[in-house]
Amino acid sequence: MNTTATPTMQVETAVPGGAKGVRSRSARAPRKSRIATWRKAGFGALGIVFVGLMWELYKFIGPEKGFTLGDITILPRTNDMSMPHISTMFERLMEPLTGASNSVTMWHAVVDASAFSLYVAAVGWLIGVTVGLLLALIMQHFRTAQSAVLPWIILSQTVPLIAIAPLVRRWGSGIEIGSFVWENWMSVALIASYLAFFPVSIGALQGLNSPDTNHVELFRSFGVGWWKTLFRLRIPASVPYLIPALQLAAANAVIGTIVAEVSIGLKGGIGRMIIEFAGAAGGDPGKPWAPIFGAVAIGLIAAGVVGVLALSVRRYRRGETSA
Amino acid sequence: MTTQNKETTVQDSTTSPGTSTSGSQRGPASTDAPAVSIVNVGKIFEGKRGAQVIALEAINLEVARGEFVSLIGPSGCGKSTLMRLIADLDQPTSGELTVFGKTAHQARLDQEYGIAFQQAGLLPWRTVRQNIELPLQLHKVGKAQREKRSSELLKLVGLADFSDNFPDQLSGGMQQRVAIARSLAESPNLLLMDEPFGALDEMTREHMQGELAHICAETGAAVVFVTHSIPEAVFLANRVVVLSPRPGRIRAIVDTKLGGASERTDHLRESTEFFASVSEVREYLHGSDATPLGVDNR
Amino acid sequence: MRAAFGASKGALPPLLLGLVTLLLWQLAVVVLEIKPFVLPSPTAIGGQFFNNMNTVWSNSLITGFNSLIGLFIGMVLGILLAIIASLVRTIDELSSAVVAAAMVLPIVALAPVLYGMFSASQQTARQLVASLAVFVPVYVNTLKGLRQVRPVHRDLMRAHAAGTWQTIGTVTLPTALPFIFTGVRIASSLAVIAAVIAEYFGGPKSGLGGAITTAAAGSNYPLAWAYVLGSIILGLVFYLAVLGIEKWVLRNRGV
Repeated sequence: MNTTATPTMQVETAVPGGAKGVRSRSARAPRKSRIATWRKAGFGALGIVFVGLMWELYKFIGPEKGFTLGDITILPRTNDMSMPHISTMFERLMEPLTGASNSVTMWHAVVDASAFSLYVAAVGWLIGVTVGLLLALIMQHFRTAQSAVLPWIILSQTVPLIAIAPLVRRWGSGIEIGSFVWENWMSVALIASYLAFFPVSIGALQGLNSPDTNHVELFRSFGVGWWKTLFRLRIPASVPYLIPALQLAAANAVIGTIVAEVSIGLKGGIGRMIIEFAGAAGGDPGKPWAPIFGAVAIGLIAAGVVGVLALSVRRYRRGETSA
Repeated sequence: MTTQNKETTVQDSTTSPGTSTSGSQRGPASTDAPAVSIVNVGKIFEGKRGAQVIALEAINLEVARGEFVSLIGPSGCGKSTLMRLIADLDQPTSGELTVFGKTAHQARLDQEYGIAFQQAGLLPWRTVRQNIELPLQLHKVGKAQREKRSSELLKLVGLADFSDNFPDQLSGGMQQRVAIARSLAESPNLLLMDEPFGALDEMTREHMQGELAHICAETGAAVVFVTHSIPEAVFLANRVVVLSPRPGRIRAIVDTKLGGASERTDHLRESTEFFASVSEVREYLHGSDATPLGVDNR
Repeated sequence: MRAAFGASKGALPPLLLGLVTLLLWQLAVVVLEIKPFVLPSPTAIGGQFFNNMNTVWSNSLITGFNSLIGLFIGMVLGILLAIIASLVRTIDELSSAVVAAAMVLPIVALAPVLYGMFSASQQTARQLVASLAVFVPVYVNTLKGLRQVRPVHRDLMRAHAAGTWQTIGTVTLPTALPFIFTGVRIASSLAVIAAVIAEYFGGPKSGLGGAITTAAAGSNYPLAWAYVLGSIILGLVFYLAVLGIEKWVLRNRGV
């Protein structure tokens, strides 16, 4: 096993262009790393195919009634009702949603519902991020606030959302300010923000506290107050912590949206579709799986969009070593 | 032109705390082979975007058994790289490198050397004693024997009272002493040290240099010692190898002419011979136009 | 966590904050005459909680058992797969997309189909849901930890000619241990939440989730909230237990 580069090498390549042995190239990603990106994407896709293969393999060799130890079912049943073929799932996506003559195709319906849920999740994400950032700022500035609030923030995530959702809807239905009427989807967005604010507040707090004492004292020596230090030092330093937190918050917002939709039964959302279709498994085994694919898709899109936005703040992540 | 003064300093290995029986896994070594033989060795690193870095070029060096050799040079001259090549932590891109007559790879597998890094590299979840016993444990030495050996070594480096402490409870100097004790655990005939005293203050440094000289006198091991400090290099070594950077080459090999390991006492630091050798090394390091002492430039 | 957030000012501030919030809540319910189906008062919830201690306890045991099984399975699978992924780069690349999908998958979506695959009259599906919820954070954090080995320790093992498994046992795993604990700590309360959510979707009418739905269906909202309180306490117990084990195992580490 060859070891990685030694400190000597790092010193060499840090020398400005012109020193012996170091040629500079343009900033475009060179061929090697583009191949690496394609390779990673290819393997990722292969991994998903592999999971599908395992599913079919188990269906092929697994026992019909599943494997039970006494009363407990250890391995699932392999009949087409319980574990439909992957092809069945995809076929069902192409078929019409209902028996009615003007019904849209399944995948069309799934896309519509997914888009709606994604929109609600985005609103929830924005609220959650704002609240999380505000909390983190307060906690960073006031140490007492941090020690008072932080344990409750952590505790807040032990509450099963599914129980809170109907409550939020009831509260919302009582709110009427002028012409503004609280709609059900807003309750869902609020629940989503509840799940989203947690990683943001923790990540932002860690990030705001991350600068070296050296740097903080440097700014103090410049005679600069808390606000300027915040903008020039703490916020840039917190970017490496914020970006993963924002991605996690996006995924959480989607999950929270779906859970809340299930709990409230929000019309038009993918969560409700999951519950509606779940009951149909008896006659239509491929049906419950369609909205599941939709849910995974919007989760990945949400995290991906944040990742793309993060590209614009790349220079604040220079110190990071990749995991 | 390199001045190669092959001083064959023969040291007999007396039975002392430094030697013990744990070197039994070593394969047959030809007893005539020098500790390290480096012939025309070069090392090129492939950098990002196709850039090539020539870390070392045309290195020729022989380290005799029991000899103390220092490697010194400015940043980027490849001295750490050279030591890593000897340790088989990296491989040369050209040339031949043997340790006790074997390839570096075989020498590492046979555990022919002990190594100490600049950061002590102690495992933070192990006590001092457990850190010293690490190589013994990895090579399946029995518990009783391990304990006996680690007690000897703790006494040798003066840390017997700290055997059950954890690294984060020790100062930098103490951590380095543990690292040195660890490198001696299997009584190797070759010690590789990469700026082990680099992170210490000057007083502790001088003290540790004295300790190291004392240990070398007792164990008779050959040492390759990488350092930034000219007085340190001269104080400890029989020969000082001066390297120049970009690409790393041997500029000069200076014979310190200060006697064997047992003569490296604090007294030595005040002597004229010491200052003369230090000046000589400094001249080579700075690449001055003035004629270095003792070299015929015709 | 201490280093990231700075020394805390003790347990008093959070307790004070909690107490004040409870008081304000009680006051609001009484003064504003809020109906119980909107928001019950803390005293009503507390009353129901203590009156029904037995059922709360028995349901907590069931949910807790499911969560524990899920935690155990998810932990073992997560750590093992992470070790394999860190050793064999191909496995890591293959699983990257699958893990990313698992990270965004709402467990709630899988619960119905899992009940179909495994029988709906047993706890297996719920344990699986909990395992899945546990697997993801444990895998991600363990993999991160396995990559944190310091170069000097890697060189040390190589210089000592240590075998692959020796290196893993002596350096890689101990270095990864704090990260593994972080993952398990996050996963511990997730396991409870996942088990409760799974109980909403059918299966035997046991466990805290089932009890919440039954109470809500019977319009006994303070009771439903009492069960919610029970699940919060269960999640907290899991979290604190893991935190305690973590503090003890890592007691001798410096920074």
